[in-house]
Amino acid sequence: MAQPVTASRRVELVCPAGTPAALRAAVDAGADAVYAGFRDETNARNFPGLNFDRDEMAEGIAYAHAAGCRVLVTVNTYVAAGEPGPWHAAVDDSAALGADAVILADVSLLDYCTRTHPDLRRHLSVQASASNAEAILFYHREFGIKRVVLPRVLTVAEIAALNRCIPVETEVFAFGGMCPMAEGRCSLSSYVTGQSPNLNGVCSPANEVEYEERGDDLITRLGGLAINVFHRGEGAGYPTLCKGRFVAGDSASYLFEEPTSLNVMGILPDLLAAGVAALKIEGRQRGRAYVAEAVRSFRRALDACAAGEAPPAADLVRVTEGQRDTRGAYRKAWR
Amino acid sequence: MTARLVLGPALFNWEPEVLRDFYFRIADEAPIDAVCLGEVVCSKRQPFFLPYLGAVAERLEAAGKQVIHSTLALIMNERELAQVRETAGLAEAGESLIEANDMSCVSFLTGRRHAIGPFVNVYNEGALDFHVRRGAVRVSLPGELPRRSIAAIAAAAGGQVELEVQVFGRLPLAISARCYHARAHGLQKDGCQYVCGEDPDGLVVETLDDEPFLVINGTQTLSYTYVNLIGEMDELRAMGVGAFRLSPHDADMVAIAREFRDVADGRREAAAARERLSQLTGDVSFSNGFYHGTRGRVLSAA
Repeated sequence: MAQPVTASRRVELVCPAGTPAALRAAVDAGADAVYAGFRDETNARNFPGLNFDRDEMAEGIAYAHAAGCRVLVTVNTYVAAGEPGPWHAAVDDSAALGADAVILADVSLLDYCTRTHPDLRRHLSVQASASNAEAILFYHREFGIKRVVLPRVLTVAEIAALNRCIPVETEVFAFGGMCPMAEGRCSLSSYVTGQSPNLNGVCSPANEVEYEERGDDLITRLGGLAINVFHRGEGAGYPTLCKGRFVAGDSASYLFEEPTSLNVMGILPDLLAAGVAALKIEGRQRGRAYVAEAVRSFRRALDACAAGEAPPAADLVRVTEGQRDTRGAYRKAWR
Repeated sequence: MTARLVLGPALFNWEPEVLRDFYFRIADEAPIDAVCLGEVVCSKRQPFFLPYLGAVAERLEAAGKQVIHSTLALIMNERELAQVRETAGLAEAGESLIEANDMSCVSFLTGRRHAIGPFVNVYNEGALDFHVRRGAVRVSLPGELPRRSIAAIAAAAGGQVELEVQVFGRLPLAISARCYHARAHGLQKDGCQYVCGEDPDGLVVETLDDEPFLVINGTQTLSYTYVNLIGEMDELRAMGVGAFRLSPHDADMVAIAREFRDVADGRREAAAARERLSQLTGDVSFSNGFYHGTRGRVLSAA
């Protein structure tokens, strides 16, 4: 059963909806808001089999709204030069279908949305990489953004300091896959595969992945390059470029980031005290079982915090990449 | 319109005296029209070159070269913001042109003549128009843009703003809060011991198959291959791109600049110049894949 959204629930739980089924799972598990994109290059999870056509989006919005859940539409890739049509249509249709907000990154699209749909609520995507007060104030001044999704580069202390000097809500990542790089400013994927988050809405795309057996080893490749080697019996992870094992200097290591999931459960009270308005669960590419489990756990934890209780211990290991988690950049020592 | 050659900011952590002498030689000998000064990658490095900044800027300007002050790409706290605010303040003081590499700097510079660096995402004509309306007079385009995008942006610019494309050197691919140089040495960023200074062209990253493909430079990750668009400059100029960025490396940048100058001025064939550039850069490979709409790391014949 969906839980009603009440005024006492101060922090919004924002949940991934890569498919209509995942959307319903998130709403049923207690999401305050879901985020979803159209089925094309206008959103940053442009993977085969994912996302919504216009009818599905209309149905999804109706389902969410009936449960008191908001729908945020991601139009967060960068507009292809000379071809703004699909991006403008995505913004126009979000407004027409009754989306509660659009999540945008490109100044050209923020500009278009501000002029064409001044009343449509605008959130600044993590892909805009606004990591400081002045940048956020600029987007607020120019486009009236109501919320910024913070890049995964800031410590809890930096987030708290930021919240004291901006008139904009902050949304932070709470759980799921983690970019070690500043989002929206990374061309690693296109350097190796020709396809990038900014231009194509994909990172380390599956059609560039190969698995090669060599003796007792399994080599995972992306764009022809070895990303990792696993021994027989080891679980082979997906070859996301920045989660690979490489050699710099003398030894091989997970140079950029280990294949782990972000999980802020252990520092939830600190994040809430830092003044964030919303917690985001990553994973529009994940199935509805992941969505249901992650959303349910964070729903319970946020409700406990709101009631002044300690968050209950949650076992999210089954939905955690590599069965390991990290607090990522929220801890200064991560740097 | 004569093509302008622009020396990008020194991205690697060179000794301040080495950097000073490098710029003195550029001032005296290189056929370069403009030079970007300033730390772009790491705020911890920024203080080191400051004692020489004035003398270097003066020497460059005395040699008829335009000085552009580049700024940090990733700004995460009040101290870093203060550094950028101070540099942006130079725009008020005089004729200095400041290159913004983060939207915070764009905010400081709005309403005044300024430059947009390649770390601010200008992917289309709408973004270009947005920045021009706020005072941008030159825009250095992101390195992953394909020819088709550059052509569409340049067509829309109509010569109202100077457009620039990087045509030489390792291409910045990512920036992080995390310092990979420190991490590769078992250190953290706060106690990094400035180990990035050991690698004047970056620390090579190889796959487990011994294939080099990236380099790290502190918090920055760059291509292992050197972008080389010397053969594409004519086409870029025909589109309306007027400036070409050479990114500094630990090589004879004066000789490298001469090759680009000679090709731009029609005194030399691109193929011959490419051959000479290979000699000047030693054991590196070139790439132009992004421009040709494919994997950035490849060298495409097209």
